Amino acid sequence: MKKLLVYLKPYRWETVLAPLFKMFEAVLELIVPLVMASIIDMGIANKDSRYVLGMSGVLVALGVVGLIAAVTAQYFSAKAAVGFSAGVRKALFSHLQSLSYKETDSLGTSTMITRMTGDVNLMQTGVNMTLRLLLRSPFVVLGAMVMAFLIDPTSALIFVAVIPLLYLVVWLIMRITLPRYKGVQKQVDGVLLKTRENLSGVRVIRAFNKQDDEREEFNRINENLTGAQCRVGGISALMNPLTYVIVNLGIVVLIYVGAIRVDTGIITQGMVVALINYMSQILTELVKFANLVVTITKALAGAKRVSDVFDIQSSQCFGTRTEGEKTDEILRFDNVSVQYYSETQPALSSVNFSVKAGETVGILGGTGSGKSTLVNLIPRFYDVTQGSVLYQGADLREYDRDVLRNRMGIVPQKAVLFRGTIRDNLKWGNPDATDEELWQALRIAQAEDFVRQKERGLDEPVEQGGRNFSGGQRQRLTIARALVRKPEILILDDSASALDYATEASLRMALKELSFKPTVFIVSQRASSVRHADLILVLDDGEIVGMGTHETLISECDVYQEIYYSQFEKEETV
Amino acid sequence: MNRKKTLKTVFSYLRRYWGYLVLSLLLALVTVALTLYVPILTGRAVDEIIGVDNVNFSKILRIIGLIGISVAVTAFAQWGMSYFNNRLTYGMVRDIRRDAFAKISTLPLRYLDANPVGDLVSRIITDVDSFADGLLLGFTQLFTGIATILGTLGIMLALDLRIALVVVLVTPISLFVASFIAKRTYLMFQVQSATRGEQTALIDEMIGQQKIVQAFSYENKAKERFEDVNERLRASSLKATFYSSLVNPSTRFVNSLVYAGVGLAGAFAVISGGLTVGLLSSFLSYANQYTKPFNEISGVMTELQNSLVCASRVFSLIYEESESEDPQADPLPEKVSGNVSLEKVSFSYDPNRKLIEDLSLSVSPGQRIAIVGPTGCGKTTVINLLMRFYDPISGVIKVDNVDIRKIPRRSLRKNYGMVLQDTWLKSGTIRDNIVMGKPDASDEEVIAAAKASHAHSFIKRLPDGYDTVIGEEGGSLSQGQKQLLCITRVMLCLPPMLILDEATSSIDTRTEHRIQRAFAKLMEGRTSFIVAHRLSTIREADRILVMRDGRVIEQGTHSELLSKNGFYAELYRSQFAH
Repeated sequence: MKKLLVYLKPYRWETVLAPLFKMFEAVLELIVPLVMASIIDMGIANKDSRYVLGMSGVLVALGVVGLIAAVTAQYFSAKAAVGFSAGVRKALFSHLQSLSYKETDSLGTSTMITRMTGDVNLMQTGVNMTLRLLLRSPFVVLGAMVMAFLIDPTSALIFVAVIPLLYLVVWLIMRITLPRYKGVQKQVDGVLLKTRENLSGVRVIRAFNKQDDEREEFNRINENLTGAQCRVGGISALMNPLTYVIVNLGIVVLIYVGAIRVDTGIITQGMVVALINYMSQILTELVKFANLVVTITKALAGAKRVSDVFDIQSSQCFGTRTEGEKTDEILRFDNVSVQYYSETQPALSSVNFSVKAGETVGILGGTGSGKSTLVNLIPRFYDVTQGSVLYQGADLREYDRDVLRNRMGIVPQKAVLFRGTIRDNLKWGNPDATDEELWQALRIAQAEDFVRQKERGLDEPVEQGGRNFSGGQRQRLTIARALVRKPEILILDDSASALDYATEASLRMALKELSFKPTVFIVSQRASSVRHADLILVLDDGEIVGMGTHETLISECDVYQEIYYSQFEKEETV
Repeated sequence: MNRKKTLKTVFSYLRRYWGYLVLSLLLALVTVALTLYVPILTGRAVDEIIGVDNVNFSKILRIIGLIGISVAVTAFAQWGMSYFNNRLTYGMVRDIRRDAFAKISTLPLRYLDANPVGDLVSRIITDVDSFADGLLLGFTQLFTGIATILGTLGIMLALDLRIALVVVLVTPISLFVASFIAKRTYLMFQVQSATRGEQTALIDEMIGQQKIVQAFSYENKAKERFEDVNERLRASSLKATFYSSLVNPSTRFVNSLVYAGVGLAGAFAVISGGLTVGLLSSFLSYANQYTKPFNEISGVMTELQNSLVCASRVFSLIYEESESEDPQADPLPEKVSGNVSLEKVSFSYDPNRKLIEDLSLSVSPGQRIAIVGPTGCGKTTVINLLMRFYDPISGVIKVDNVDIRKIPRRSLRKNYGMVLQDTWLKSGTIRDNIVMGKPDASDEEVIAAAKASHAHSFIKRLPDGYDTVIGEEGGSLSQGQKQLLCITRVMLCLPPMLILDEATSSIDTRTEHRIQRAFAKLMEGRTSFIVAHRLSTIREADRILVMRDGRVIEQGTHSELLSKNGFYAELYRSQFAH
């Protein structure tokens, strides 16, 4: 967690100056009761109105200087806190981008987003409040005690007893309540889950007539939540009365001790008033301090979560190779196995095959058979657990990351577009592409017609996630995006599922006519999509159970036959 | 929902806890009165400590005793006040959440479909929470704050008119400064939250779709865009944070002016003989206490405004109109035969767009009806009507010759088994999910059902088998596995009528083939409505409803429809042939 302090470094002056100015302000505040004491002892006792006037002027001056000091401190601490969080966010964003699929899969998107937003904000507030108050509050408390000692060491001993007692009470209550507040939060999450579940599953719940059961269960967890809230609230509620009692006990003792010492002529009446003032100041500061502890606890929890993310290192190293060997074998899988660490069964086991440049490879199999895993290895989104994948005769791991990925065009299963325009989205493939090249890619992807029909053509806006386009349109745009970069290897990961058969067939035809002759991988659940491939791989439970052309597989491979004929029914006759 | 009605509702929820409220207010008065009384006592004590050999110990001891009692009572009162406030607030909030949740189960689907889940959840959770926070703060600070200000003012006026006037004159400055800063700050916060929203949207896209970012080597570009927003956020946050942090020093400055003013005026008053040093000391501590509630109250007012807005959002949910009442008597026999008929049924979601018009259909027990058509043509509308998720605008739907509006929904739905394409599982164990329709099913029955629907083999391989806990929305299960569980659920209770929504792509071909066989077994002798995608299902149907743009445009058997050479024939050729 200490590593996060690096981001405070550019603001080291602000971090030092903010508390200093705050303390300066506190010093001024501590002088106030002394001035008032001398008004009473000197001005009033001697009936010296000029002295009273002068001292009142001093009070106002102290206020002005205090205001300036406080504003300066607030500025420095705001600057440091805001700069700190901006720095952390920037570093966190780059860090998250550098992680490989394996790490981001286990983190989950929503976690990553909350780390970057909620947790960093907690830290910002934490730094801000710490700079302002962490030194100030104890300083005022200690300062009040020191002042008390300056006035009268014997009376000051009361402060020595009261202050630790106050801190003990605050500490105890915090210690008991903080973990319980976490428990309450968990209960809130439970209530939230139940609510969301009942809304998203409303049809099923009504179909099975489970409304009453669900309501009962909700009432039970709701009741538990209320109980927990009341219990922890009851303990927190002790804080104010207890500290109030302790401070006032201190004041009572001060009055009595003060009375004895005034009686014997050691201190004056004004001094007693000053001592009482100091005791009251402690109470105010203590309340602020307790709030600060809560803020800091939250910030530290956020910091812990953020630094846990920073501690995750990418499991991938990339090489520096930019060129492969001269070979017409563009890709070879050599005894490849993949095992995800959360699972017991390997996702792929002992996969062997090789592909020549320009060939079309079809990959067929059911869900969970390892199709996506296989194609995800090619751009090194994941790494093999055993064996190796050779690209142009050299292990994938020897290549530079960008060299590798720039040669591949990937169309993922889920068709995702980004906010911006159609042009912006297509240019992800190649920032330097001309409009003509964009249209060409759209034509091949069977997307030209509907883009032409758009009022603004390539400049048609795309909303978040591409929700203003239909599923089929999105899919065709993502295919075009991959084509814009004229990749050496084109990977279509079940990415024509939303297209009707006719459009898919035209797409396949168009891909065959491409001038840059890419090697194409087509992942599909439809036998018709891969039927015409040069090589068909049939996967089942992570193993290749058939490999060859349609003609050989239809006579030799059971699984292929089963899949083919189950869909063939659809194709026979009209 | 207007403010008046919101407040009225708040009070109606408050009514149950009026005892707590009265106690809390009484204790607040006690607290304020005693907190104000203690400085007077302290002042009196100071007045007895005049100088050497001029101290009245017996009086001081009596005053100290009084202080002790006051402090003890105050402490109890403070604690009691918090206690009752907690009870009151959390109790009210519990009632509101309970009512809001109960409302979900009676709201018409029309309402639930029109409002995003996230929005409704945030009303029941986040809004209710903010309401609680505002309420608690309101009760604890608003009342004591106002009481403190009035009490202090009263006492100061009673003690010494001149000095009190000094305080009253300086107070408006404090208010003015606070509202000036608050207005500026509000603007800056708006800029800040707009920029923050922009940043979150960017993070959402770039981190959420990281795979594509990496695939297209877009990392550097993403970083540039992020840094631009990040820099703007830094600048706007700095302004917002700095300005909002000015309130405190400024009011403290005004406070110190009040303090100096009281000191000056007080000292002159003492010199001229109208005031004692002890009273001056009381005045000084009042001057300190007096300005503090002003800050707090302005904070509390914004908080309360906000919490009323939140409350009105929950209340408008609670006041939403429920589904029509169910009839008391159940005219359906224990075992219905499965005769379903639609007579001139018309329906539309939007009055301006007609959907189903004059649809008539008579289904004999055991018949299969396939509903086909392009995606988004409203096939699920038929399901909505059959299950009475929605009611037709005109026309009648009958089951075993009984108008379904005369049947309690519970009884109607019990006779349907429904498997939707949009699989839904509740958090809990696999078993919990399977036995939804038959809570008292034995283990043997559960396993038999799972075997029949081909789910047993994958369940068996899960870490805890049937007791494996699955997270929210099915958690780690694949789409195909979730679908199998949903089928098992129906397989277990085997109702006389079925509504099946065939999966399009989520289940792989081999599994789908097995499910197909399971479906066939399920459908034997049962009236079934199938939203169909597979040709074999469609061809084996006794009747096909062809839908387009929400309307049933053709009806008949496969061969009848093909010979008609209409939309069905066209659809058939494009979807299933090459």
